[in-house]
Amino acid sequence: MRNPSVETQGLPARGAHAADEPLLAVDNLHVEFHTRQGVAHAVNGVSYSLNAGETLAVLGESGSGKSVTAQAIMGILDMPPARIPAGEIRFHGTDLLKLSDKDRSQIRGQRIAMVFQDALSALNPVFTVGWQIAEMFRVHRGMSRGDARKKAVELMDRVRIPGAKQRIDDYPHQFSGGMRQRIMIAMSIALDPEVLIADEPTTALDVTVQAQIMELLAELRQESNMGLILITHDLGVVADVADKIAVMYGGRIVENAPVHDLYRNPGHPYTKGLLESIPRVDLKGQELYAIKGMPPNLLEMPSGCAFHPRCPYRRDECATAVPPLYSISGTRSSACHYWREVFDGGSR
Amino acid sequence: MAAHGETILEVRDLVKHFPLTQGIVFKRQVGAIKAVDGVSFDLRRGETLGVVGESGCGKSTLAKVLMALERPTSGSVTIDGKDIGKARGSELKRMRRNIQMVMQDPYTSLNPRMTVGDIVGEPFEIHSDVVPKDGRRQRVQELLEVVGLNPDHINRYPHQFSGGQRQRIGIARGLALQPEIIICDEPVSALDVSIQAQVMNLLDRLQKEFNLAYIFIAHDLSVVRHISDRVAVMYLGKIVELGKDNEIYEKPSHPYTQALLSAVPVPNPDGRESRERIILQGDPPSPANPPTGCRFRTRCWKAQDICAKEEPLLQIRPGTDHLSACHFAEAHDVVHAQ
Repeated sequence: MRNPSVETQGLPARGAHAADEPLLAVDNLHVEFHTRQGVAHAVNGVSYSLNAGETLAVLGESGSGKSVTAQAIMGILDMPPARIPAGEIRFHGTDLLKLSDKDRSQIRGQRIAMVFQDALSALNPVFTVGWQIAEMFRVHRGMSRGDARKKAVELMDRVRIPGAKQRIDDYPHQFSGGMRQRIMIAMSIALDPEVLIADEPTTALDVTVQAQIMELLAELRQESNMGLILITHDLGVVADVADKIAVMYGGRIVENAPVHDLYRNPGHPYTKGLLESIPRVDLKGQELYAIKGMPPNLLEMPSGCAFHPRCPYRRDECATAVPPLYSISGTRSSACHYWREVFDGGSR
Repeated sequence: MAAHGETILEVRDLVKHFPLTQGIVFKRQVGAIKAVDGVSFDLRRGETLGVVGESGCGKSTLAKVLMALERPTSGSVTIDGKDIGKARGSELKRMRRNIQMVMQDPYTSLNPRMTVGDIVGEPFEIHSDVVPKDGRRQRVQELLEVVGLNPDHINRYPHQFSGGQRQRIGIARGLALQPEIIICDEPVSALDVSIQAQVMNLLDRLQKEFNLAYIFIAHDLSVVRHISDRVAVMYLGKIVELGKDNEIYEKPSHPYTQALLSAVPVPNPDGRESRERIILQGDPPSPANPPTGCRFRTRCWKAQDICAKEEPLLQIRPGTDHLSACHFAEAHDVVHAQ
C-alpha cells in the first residue's frame, strides 16, 4: 500500500503556501487546435489567478475558450489535436505544464478536481455509483474495498444524497439529474482538492435544483477553504456566488473585475452589452437591447479586437490593434482601447 | 400587446396519460404516467401565455396535445370553436394550419440535407392550396426577409448558419402557413446569451405584425416575464397558479411559485447575502404515482392534513386576485423589484 502522505518530489506540500503567490495562476496561456480546416486559436493569452477560499467566475459564450482553459489546467486536453504553444499554469508557484505526466497525475483529481456539465455522460453507466466514488480512494489512496466503500457512503452523506447507505449500489440511471450532479461533486471532492473547477455544473438542471447545487458548492467551498473556478454563461448564477469575474470573448479575457463592480459599472462593451440584454421588469414590452452580429469563428478571428465587428464603440484602431488588458484599478482591467468611454457612458 | 381580441384557443380539463404496460405478448396496463392531468385555460388573439415549470411537469406534453401530435386521453382543445382532439383527416389537416410550433433546438430540428428554401417551403408542399407552385419560391424569400435573414441564402444548408440564424429559419417555417397561434417550446434556451435577445425581439415584432397568439414554454423565468401577458405555472401535470405576469411575479400566492421564483438567480450581486431564498428539498415525485390531494404537499412547508385529503382547485382565493391551487394561498412578494 502506498503511503498517501508522501508528496511527489518537486511538488509543493499541501498547506505550504507562499504569501505572494496565488494558489493557482494562469499566465498568458495559449491553446490551439490543429484541424483540417486550419488552426483554431481557442485560447489566446489568458491570465487569471485564484486564491484559497475564493470563487472566480469565468463568464463566456460557447466558443469563448472558457472550457478549454479549464481543461488545460486539469491537463485533460487531447494533445494532439490541441497544442499549448505558450503560457504557464502555476499551482503554488510550480508550472504544471513543465511537469512530467506522472507528476501531473498526482495533482489531477487530488489537488485540482473538476465537475463536468453533463453528469449522465460523465458517469459510467455500467458501474454502481458507490463503486465509482470508492474508486477514487482505491486508486489514489490504495484503500481496501471495504474501507473505500465506507468512505463513499460518508461522501454521499456529505453531498446530501438521502439514504446514502441504501443507494450506494444503485446505478447512475436510477438517480435524478440533480442527484447525479451531487455524485459528480462527491467524486470531485473525495480527495480534498485545493482547487475545484466546476464547468457549467447546473446548465442541464432546473432552477430549483440549480439552487440546491449552487448552495452545496458554496458550503463545501467554505468548509474546506477550496478555491472554486465556476465556468458559466449565466449572469444570474455569477451574481449569486462569485467573488471576482473574468469575462472571456474569442479566446481572450476582455474584463477582470470584482463581482459588485462589474455589475455596477462594466468596463468592456461586451460585458456592458450582455448586462443590458437581460430582460428587466421596468423595460417590459420594449425591445430588448441586443448585441449585433454573432460570436466569432475561431478559424477566422477578426483582426485587432475580436469584438470589434459587433461593438458600438469601435473606431478604425480597433480593427488593427489588439487591445491589451488595460489596468483600470488595482483589481480591475479591461481589454478595450476605449474603456474610459464605456465606463463614463454607463451608470446603470 | 395591450389590445386582445376574442378567445382563440380554449383548453378544458385536458388529460394526457401514457399507459405503463407489463408483459410482452399480452400487454397489461399496470398504471399510467399522468403527464398532463386536468389543465384548463384560454388564449386570446394576439396574447402571449407563458408556461413555466420544472422538467417533467408536462409542459412539452401539453404542447404536443395542443398541436394534435398526441391525442388527449380526455378533455378538449378547441381552436376557433372546433375541437382539434376529435378532428380527423382533412379537417385535422386544415386545423393544423392555424397552430404551428417553434422547436427548442435549432441544431436538430432542421433537416441537414434540405436547403433553407426546402425547409421553409415544406409546409406549402403539404398544404398545397395555400400558395400556387410558381409563387412558392418568392413566398419563401419573403418569409426569410421577415425573420431577418438574407433572401439570397435560400439555397444554403442549415450547417452554413449560426444557432441564432437557424432559430430564425425555424420561426420562418412556423410562420409559413400564416397561423394564428404559435407554440414556442424553449425557443431561446439553446442559444448563446448575446443571441437570445435578438430572437426575443424578433418574436415580439412578429407578434405585433401578424397579431399572433403565443404559448411560450420556457424555464428561464425572466425571459418568460419579458414576453408574456399571462403566466401559467405547472407542477406535476397541473396548473398550480395562473395570472397576469405582474400578479405571478410580484404577488405569487402558491408556495411552489414562490419557491420557483426565489430560486432564480438575480443578475445583480447587490444584497445577495440578505436575499430570501426558499430552497426546495428533493425532487418532484413521479408522475406515475402522484401524491394524493395537493401534489406539491410532499415538498411544501405549509402542508397540513387537509392537503393530503382534499385536492385544491385552481380558483381565486381570498386575499389574492388571480387563480391559485393552494388551500393556504397568500400573496407574498419574493422577488423584490430590481
